[in-house]
Amino acid sequence: MPKPDSLQGSLDLLVLKILSRRPGLHGYAIMTAIQDISRDVLRADEGSIYPALHRMEEAEWIRAKWVTKENKKRARVYELTRAGENQLATEESRWNAVTSAVSRVLRMA
Amino acid sequence: MSWWSRFHHALRGHPVDREIDEEMESHIAEAVERGRDAAEARAAFGSRLRIGEESHEIRVLPWLDSLRADILFGWRQLRKHKVASAAAVLSLGLATGACTAAFRLIDALLLRPMPVAEPERLYAMFTLGYDPGGHLRLGESNEYPQFQTMRAAVKHDADLIAVSYGERIELTYSSDQEIEKAHRQFVSGWMFDSFGLTPAAGRLFTESDDEKPHAHPYAVLSYDYWTRRFGKDPKVVGRRFRMDNDLYQIVGVAPQGFTGTEPGTMTDIFLPTMMYAGVTHDDWGWIRTFVRMKPGRSVKAVRDRLQTVFTAVQSERAKGFVGWPQKRLEKFLHQTVLVLPAGGGISYMRKEYSLPLELLAVLVGLVLLIACANVANLLMGQAAARAREMALRVSIGAGRGGLIQLVLAESAILAVLASVVGALFAWWSAPYVVARINPADDPARLALPVDWRLLGFGLASTVGVTFLFGLFPALRASGTQPVSALKGGEDPHARRRLMHGTIAVQVAFCCLVLFVAGLLVTSFDRLANQPTGFSSERLLAVDTEARPGQTLVFWNQVAEHLRELPGVERVAMAGWPLLSGIGSNGFVSVNGAVVGDRLAYFLNVSPGWLETMKIPLIDGRDLRPDDVYPGAAIVNEAFAKEYFGGANPVGRWFARSGTTRLEVVGLVGNARYRDMREPITPTAYVPYRSDADGRVSHATLLLRTAGGSPLAMAGILRGEVARARPEFRVSNVRTQIDINRSQTVRERLLAMLASFFAVIALLLAGIGLYGVLDYSVLQRRREIGIRFAVGAPPSRIVNVVIREVFAMVACGAVLGSGLGLLAARYVNTLLYGVKPGEPELLVAAAFTMFAIAAAAAIAPVARAVRIEPLVVLKSD
Repeated sequence: MPKPDSLQGSLDLLVLKILSRRPGLHGYAIMTAIQDISRDVLRADEGSIYPALHRMEEAEWIRAKWVTKENKKRARVYELTRAGENQLATEESRWNAVTSAVSRVLRMA
Repeated sequence: MSWWSRFHHALRGHPVDREIDEEMESHIAEAVERGRDAAEARAAFGSRLRIGEESHEIRVLPWLDSLRADILFGWRQLRKHKVASAAAVLSLGLATGACTAAFRLIDALLLRPMPVAEPERLYAMFTLGYDPGGHLRLGESNEYPQFQTMRAAVKHDADLIAVSYGERIELTYSSDQEIEKAHRQFVSGWMFDSFGLTPAAGRLFTESDDEKPHAHPYAVLSYDYWTRRFGKDPKVVGRRFRMDNDLYQIVGVAPQGFTGTEPGTMTDIFLPTMMYAGVTHDDWGWIRTFVRMKPGRSVKAVRDRLQTVFTAVQSERAKGFVGWPQKRLEKFLHQTVLVLPAGGGISYMRKEYSLPLELLAVLVGLVLLIACANVANLLMGQAAARAREMALRVSIGAGRGGLIQLVLAESAILAVLASVVGALFAWWSAPYVVARINPADDPARLALPVDWRLLGFGLASTVGVTFLFGLFPALRASGTQPVSALKGGEDPHARRRLMHGTIAVQVAFCCLVLFVAGLLVTSFDRLANQPTGFSSERLLAVDTEARPGQTLVFWNQVAEHLRELPGVERVAMAGWPLLSGIGSNGFVSVNGAVVGDRLAYFLNVSPGWLETMKIPLIDGRDLRPDDVYPGAAIVNEAFAKEYFGGANPVGRWFARSGTTRLEVVGLVGNARYRDMREPITPTAYVPYRSDADGRVSHATLLLRTAGGSPLAMAGILRGEVARARPEFRVSNVRTQIDINRSQTVRERLLAMLASFFAVIALLLAGIGLYGVLDYSVLQRRREIGIRFAVGAPPSRIVNVVIREVFAMVACGAVLGSGLGLLAARYVNTLLYGVKPGEPELLVAAAFTMFAIAAAAAIAPVARAVRIEPLVVLKSD
């Protein structure tokens, strides 16, 4: 069930976009990336990022693999699949359509 | 992720969980590295369990996961109600096991074809005619010379194969001291070829092994006998054994699985038909005739040809008959030849046991239904008790399918456990029953392989049972309306009515099983306790063989020797024991005219036989050593009634089969001669021929012993007979009681099995009734509390609790009695001395049912009466 302060359904889009630019990020890095790039305006907490990642993995938009980092610790990193790239394009254009529609309403009303 | 890995994950939930855990740990480590507080980072995950669950649900196939959970949950539920579950598993197990065992027997005896090539081209020839009692009967026996004529007549369309009846005989491999018994069957030399059989060792017979009478002393062993007796030793080919004073040589071993042509009797040794003395006699009916159709030929044409030849041969034979009444002669000549499919072989046992087995299958099916109804009721009661749980599940979003799956999983576990119990029961019980079909010293043997038919049947019954008893409660449970259930139940009576309906059906089936069992037990009881007319107590029948040429004088010496032994009171001699199934008959004429067309039985006996058998002498005298045959005879009362119009026949003369003249010297009481089921037959006891020609090769010495266990003397008798005269040998020792008992083997077996099923049915019905009453008290405890509170006396409460259920029992009993009357007609031929609609038995069945219902009601009623209104009303 979505929380009131959640990203209003845009989490998938953000994750896909970030992974398209910087493939091979792990969950924590994706989370901090959202926070950093949005200058702390958008926050994805742990409780939503992982279910989202696993859901998208299930939908085969992204794929995961275990890598060993320099400090010998294992991390699960994600990258986009071909289906994920398509999905990103679809989501992006829908987002643009929605936001432009919203701003039009704000301007014209 | 592939479907397989999801499946894998579902079955083994842990690796996925571990992977998710590890990812989270790596996340926290990363956060700490970036300077976040470890505790804070951990807390950010919130309830880790929740994330785990959400992630897990996405990554595995939800259905499989819930199935696993349901099975675990069902298992826990079953373990929670250990007693009820054990009762359910046991009753279902017994019921399915009995079903499978019954199927195993029916398959082995009736359904399975013989392991021969193209069994569908195999037929057998029968003749439809009248037996000596005047009843229409399907005859199986043929005479060998006739067989040869008929074989030649149809040889272009079909091949006829002669096969003797299986019989148990004695043989010796090395010395005369070691006598063994084996089943032998004489078969046409071309049989193996025609059946498409190949030898397991050595060679099989061919047509050239079966050409001239007494010229082919060769034997083929069955695979089973080869294994049992010789441990599959290939060197057995070429060995010799002695049987019937002939020396036979073993030439080969038949293929595995071929056990002869008689289901129920496994042949050990096959011999060529030409080695049997009967091949040259046109009045010895000792073979069955198989008809192997050539491909594409018409069975009807072959039958018509056989009929023509058969009638011609019979007319030729009839010319030699003397003293036959005209009516009988006509019946003899008008016999119809039938050619019927016989791909499964033909046997006496099949004829004797097919109806009983079908009946048992029906009884077993009813018991299975009762068991199913029972478990359905138990589950339904449990489901009712869990109505709140179900409602809760529905209100938090469980779908109808999910609930059905939950309840079905539980019944599937029950079914699997029950089928394990059932398989064990079937594995044990089928051979147990077969072993009890024949007398103890020569049990029937049926091949009972575990094959795909059996496994298929077991599987089908398990799956069927799961759905029969599981689906219904599952559907009911899934229909739960959460609001009303949480408020205290929607229509509490709907479910109870349903359970009551089940009870009525259950009681009806139970009554039916009880009634049929009652019929069979009564029938066995009347048959077994039939007066025989002689005393079987401490009577020993010693079948004795003599080398050729032993006259009566020597037999008397042996009898005299045995008479001297301690523990022997009397010794007499007869052709065979009474009630052994053997009989010799003939027409009786008085004053030169044949009286009636009923045959009389004859038996050769020695003087003193009457006294030994304790058959009362009514008038005249016993036979004396100087009485000769033909000359004197003793007759029974039935004989006097049939042929002398009831007048005292002592001193009068009659003729046997027209020519042999006999004077009645004594009149004795009726004794059963051949068969317990037959009405008392007119019987004449005649002396042995005592002249020089009167050689006796075998007879039965009858010993009245003094001791309690006559069979203990068997060993001594074997030695003493040989010591009296070395030419004599004991071939078999039986007590008369065992002989009598073997007359009722079928009835005993049926009565035993039917009682067993009746007890199971009663038990199941009792458990079912108890469950329903208990549930009903539980459900109505508030109502009962209120009734108590407003002053109802306990008797009123008892009435409230049991009224409906007993009404259902009454309905069921009426229904069951109706079914019983219908069924009784079907089992009529299996009954003896019992009228199918016997009212006492119907009443007894219904009474037993009510008694069980009353017993089942005691505990729930006691619970109802002990209800404390205050406690009950406060509790909700």
